[in-house]
Amino acid sequence: MADPLDIPADVPAVEMREVEVRLQGRVILQDINLRIEQGSFWALLGPNGAGKTTLLRVIVGLIRPTRGTVRVFGRPPWALGPWRRAIGYVPQFHHVDLRFPVRVKDVVMMGRYGVLGLFRRPGPEDWQRVAEALERVGIAHLADRPLRALSGGERQRVFLARALVTQPRLLLLDEPTAAVDVAASQSLYDLLRQLHREGMTVVMVSHDVGVVAQFVDSVACLNRRLVAHGRPEVVLTADTLDEMYGCQAVFFHHMPGATPHMVVRPDDAEQKP
Amino acid sequence: MNWWEYAFMQRALVGGVMVGVLTAVIGVFVVLRGMSFMGTGIAHASFGGVALGLLVGIDPVLAALAFCLAVAWGIGAVTRRGALKEDTAIGIFFAATMALGALLMGLRQGYNVDLFAYLFGSVLAISTGDLYWILGVGALVLLTVYLLYKEFVFIAFDPEGARVAGLPEPALYYLLLTLIAVTVVVALKVVGIVLVSALLVTPAAAAYRLSETVGEMIAWAVALSVTSVVVGLLLAYGLNTASGATIVLTATAFFGLTLLWGRKD
Repeated sequence: MADPLDIPADVPAVEMREVEVRLQGRVILQDINLRIEQGSFWALLGPNGAGKTTLLRVIVGLIRPTRGTVRVFGRPPWALGPWRRAIGYVPQFHHVDLRFPVRVKDVVMMGRYGVLGLFRRPGPEDWQRVAEALERVGIAHLADRPLRALSGGERQRVFLARALVTQPRLLLLDEPTAAVDVAASQSLYDLLRQLHREGMTVVMVSHDVGVVAQFVDSVACLNRRLVAHGRPEVVLTADTLDEMYGCQAVFFHHMPGATPHMVVRPDDAEQKP
Repeated sequence: MNWWEYAFMQRALVGGVMVGVLTAVIGVFVVLRGMSFMGTGIAHASFGGVALGLLVGIDPVLAALAFCLAVAWGIGAVTRRGALKEDTAIGIFFAATMALGALLMGLRQGYNVDLFAYLFGSVLAISTGDLYWILGVGALVLLTVYLLYKEFVFIAFDPEGARVAGLPEPALYYLLLTLIAVTVVVALKVVGIVLVSALLVTPAAAAYRLSETVGEMIAWAVALSVTSVVVGLLLAYGLNTASGATIVLTATAFFGLTLLWGRKD
């Protein structure tokens, strides 16, 4: 894939040193040291309130750390300049009014507004990119539909297409399967693996320990601090999970050799900072 | 003599229609961004300004503009710093400026007939000079919305996404607050301090239920707002009722109809 941005291949996609984040006096993240190489596929695991969303928000530049340094492609996330388009971010969209009068293709086009710049209207090339992004995530047929007419899984794809429309090098997803059924989750994971195979760096916040461990190459376990990180088969031990989730985690080995399956006591009331 | 032959009715209609267009367009962004209470707060802030203007003899409209801008930016700054929730900040600023206005009016001698006109509007007392002021300022506001249309839609839909995409979201937010404040002040003469937020919110809220895109919503809001102004003015003339109140109740009637026939979600 041609890279008009000229990002050096050897610089890490994300590098965090001694990062601490306090929000309204509360410590949300502490002592975070993390290096995400370009081309890797990371899962970010942790219980509710562990700071997973905050960590993503630091990487995309929505929050500045209280202490420590963050670099995205070697630059501070708030000073990326034209490299900003190299980041694609798929937030949890519960802060968005899902009845907002807007068509699918217009939501996806919003991803290009930063590239377009103030005052300029989208041209044919921009609409071409929107069509490609919708095609990529498999919802080209929904382009003219109002956003509110879509299912949870379809909406998730709209926001993924919006993140992909600038052809990013680093894709960050915050619990992309939270509002999605099992079949839709599986096809979303397939899509992410495909993007990864094509060279994209993917960082995904997830609760799906068992599923995620099957296809990511690295895992970071977060509970305000980084409890552990590295290859999933090394990191995902009973001790790590116990430290991360406290005593809430129950660990099942269905059969020898199979991926361990973990159940966390349900705690659906996700708290966001 | 027929109603259309009176110069005051002609000025009322022209002024009312211009204000109706302006409040409808800005109101769409107010409703989409969930800032209806913000509109009310900014509108009431103008009371302190009008009272100060009447007391010390400066143009009450200019004094109101200063107050509205100060309160709009103040609420924005306090909220964005995370010190207070937005509705709490609005509640505090709004009550404080109303109290200040009441205190200043108490210092003024005599009967406050002018103040009553500002509180409830005096569309039938619009001067030709007022029309030029509405036209000039209104054109400036609409031009700004035209130029930054896609940005305002994005920050109304998903302010965080806008920041991630690289838009100067804080600056756009403060610009939107500024446009709301200016619109409120321009609309004061027509519907008054108490009712101006209704012109911002009601037509846009009705339009929300009828539209699939923001462009459609603006078209519906403008159509409903202008119709409400014209029908309301004629009803007020015919029934000899207060013009601002009649306009607002007409708009509310249209909103009621969209509850019956608009989309159901």
